[in-house]
Amino acid sequence: MSAATADVAGPAGGAAAAPPLRGDLALVADLIEPGSRVLDVGCGEGELLAYLTRVKGVDGRGIELSQSGVNACVRHGLSVIQGDADSDLAAYPPDSFDYVVLSQTLQATRQPRAVVEHLLRIGRRAIVSFPNFGHWRVRLHLLFRGRMPVAHYFNHDWYDTPNIHLCTVHDFVALTGALGVTIEKSVTLDHAGRPFSLDPRGELANLLAAQGLFMLSRRRG
Amino acid sequence: MITDRVHGDDAAAARRPGHRLAVAEPLALDSGATLNACTIAYQTYGTLNADKSNAILICHALTGDQYPAEPHPVTGKPGWWSALAGPGKVLDTDRYFLIATNVLGGCMGSSGPKETDPATGKPWGLAFPVITIADMVRAQKRLIDHLGIETLFAVIGGSMGGMQVLEWAAAYPDRVFAALPIATAARHSAQNIAFHEVGRQAIMADPDWCQGNYLAQGRNPSRGLAVARMAAHITYLSEPALHRKFGRQLRNREAVTYGFDADFEVESYLRHQGSSFVDRFDANSYLYITRACDYFDLAAEHGGVLANAFRGTRTRFCVVSFTSDWLYPTAENRAIVHALNAAAANVSFVEIETDKGHDAFLLDEPEFFAVLRGFLDGCAQHRGLPLR
Repeated sequence: MSAATADVAGPAGGAAAAPPLRGDLALVADLIEPGSRVLDVGCGEGELLAYLTRVKGVDGRGIELSQSGVNACVRHGLSVIQGDADSDLAAYPPDSFDYVVLSQTLQATRQPRAVVEHLLRIGRRAIVSFPNFGHWRVRLHLLFRGRMPVAHYFNHDWYDTPNIHLCTVHDFVALTGALGVTIEKSVTLDHAGRPFSLDPRGELANLLAAQGLFMLSRRRG
Repeated sequence: MITDRVHGDDAAAARRPGHRLAVAEPLALDSGATLNACTIAYQTYGTLNADKSNAILICHALTGDQYPAEPHPVTGKPGWWSALAGPGKVLDTDRYFLIATNVLGGCMGSSGPKETDPATGKPWGLAFPVITIADMVRAQKRLIDHLGIETLFAVIGGSMGGMQVLEWAAAYPDRVFAALPIATAARHSAQNIAFHEVGRQAIMADPDWCQGNYLAQGRNPSRGLAVARMAAHITYLSEPALHRKFGRQLRNREAVTYGFDADFEVESYLRHQGSSFVDRFDANSYLYITRACDYFDLAAEHGGVLANAFRGTRTRFCVVSFTSDWLYPTAENRAIVHALNAAAANVSFVEIETDKGHDAFLLDEPEFFAVLRGFLDGCAQHRGLPLR
């Protein structure tokens, strides 16, 4: 990043050092071109948006379900609306963003397929990350304990989890096929959030990835 | 010709403090009528900076006025938004130049049914033309032009004030840098109109209303106006808030009296709300202003599509609703947000958790204030205003 792009007026004032981004968010940020228009769906407290605004000079908007998250964002000068992916994407016109980001949220939506379709209607590209239910630890947990995996993957019991549509990397690849969209880029991450490069269509990726991160576009590649 | 004066020299103006802008250019109204001249009563707080970029227009609600940040000249009570506006507060008078007007049709010095019709020398009464939210905003724009302010840093208001904010953003998008419509709607619902009609009927059923001619006859439909206020006041609260405040508590008595005196605290409270209201408000103004709200339908003004009202806007929006507000519920505010999204506008939206009902926008709600402060700080930075 050059000094010039770092000086873009950001909500944090630009003077303070940027806090480091969470591993998977840093990977998302790397995929985004400077100066583009970005919608972050499920933006939490706005870490990614603040970073992209400050460092890449993007025109960023967000959607967040929790009041505390939205308030934190708006307090920091970010343009964020309270809402969710299932009900609030329909209002946006086609092609209103260069990128729409859905980070660790797909599994909590009621209609993941419709949501992904909306992402690619609104944005030229969609960046989606999600926990991989095909990871070997999940499989072993189910195989040997016969109970739904809780632990450090999902942190909720099956009866109160917001994660109602869990999928594997292969499931997601199959969905992109069904939707006729192009996987422009894919990254697999281990449970520490470190990226490693494996073809997401391969058995190994589906077994070793704790998370999948995909950049999709409408165009067939 | 435009005349601006503090403490006017005519008797009506001298009764009350503050600024009066006399606009001699005719004002064409939505109804087709024209006001040949009009007066806009307004107050300002803080200092307009050299490049006139720090002005915030505060739009008041149905029964508000131009005194958000100072004691009310009639009641002596703190300004209706004194929790929000003042030195060091969210609407910081050390930083911003606040402008508050009395709406057209009001009764605190702006042209309205209570003021004198220059053509007859008598109070306007029902001869005053019916006005709309857009008419109110047209009148405010005359003032902003007069003050030489090219772009308002922000326009903010709750309830009917929020309708004016939306109208400002739709009608004069290049004059509004940031818009904060709060606890409002882009159109009045059937339920909103219904409640207003109850209030109007209460006023018109009072024999002292005299077909609107009470001022000339030296009478005042205070009972009708008080009932209108009582009914409306219920809609500003929530069931849980009323219950928390009053429950079924009895008023200074051990048991019910088997009569129609105010046995219950809530009755006494409402009666007080009604009777204190009539001291500061004009019954005909209440008719005109409720009508203006009822007629408001921003989408209808733009081909039936609300998003069309905001196409191409560069204004930054912050929409706020309150969970227990059933008068202008979150769904109505969210409809505004969706229209802004459809117009690809820059919008923030927060629903504040509270049990205080519609009135929450007037109260000290820390989360609400924190959101407004953050939004305004972000806008100030984009506008190049000095940091606090």
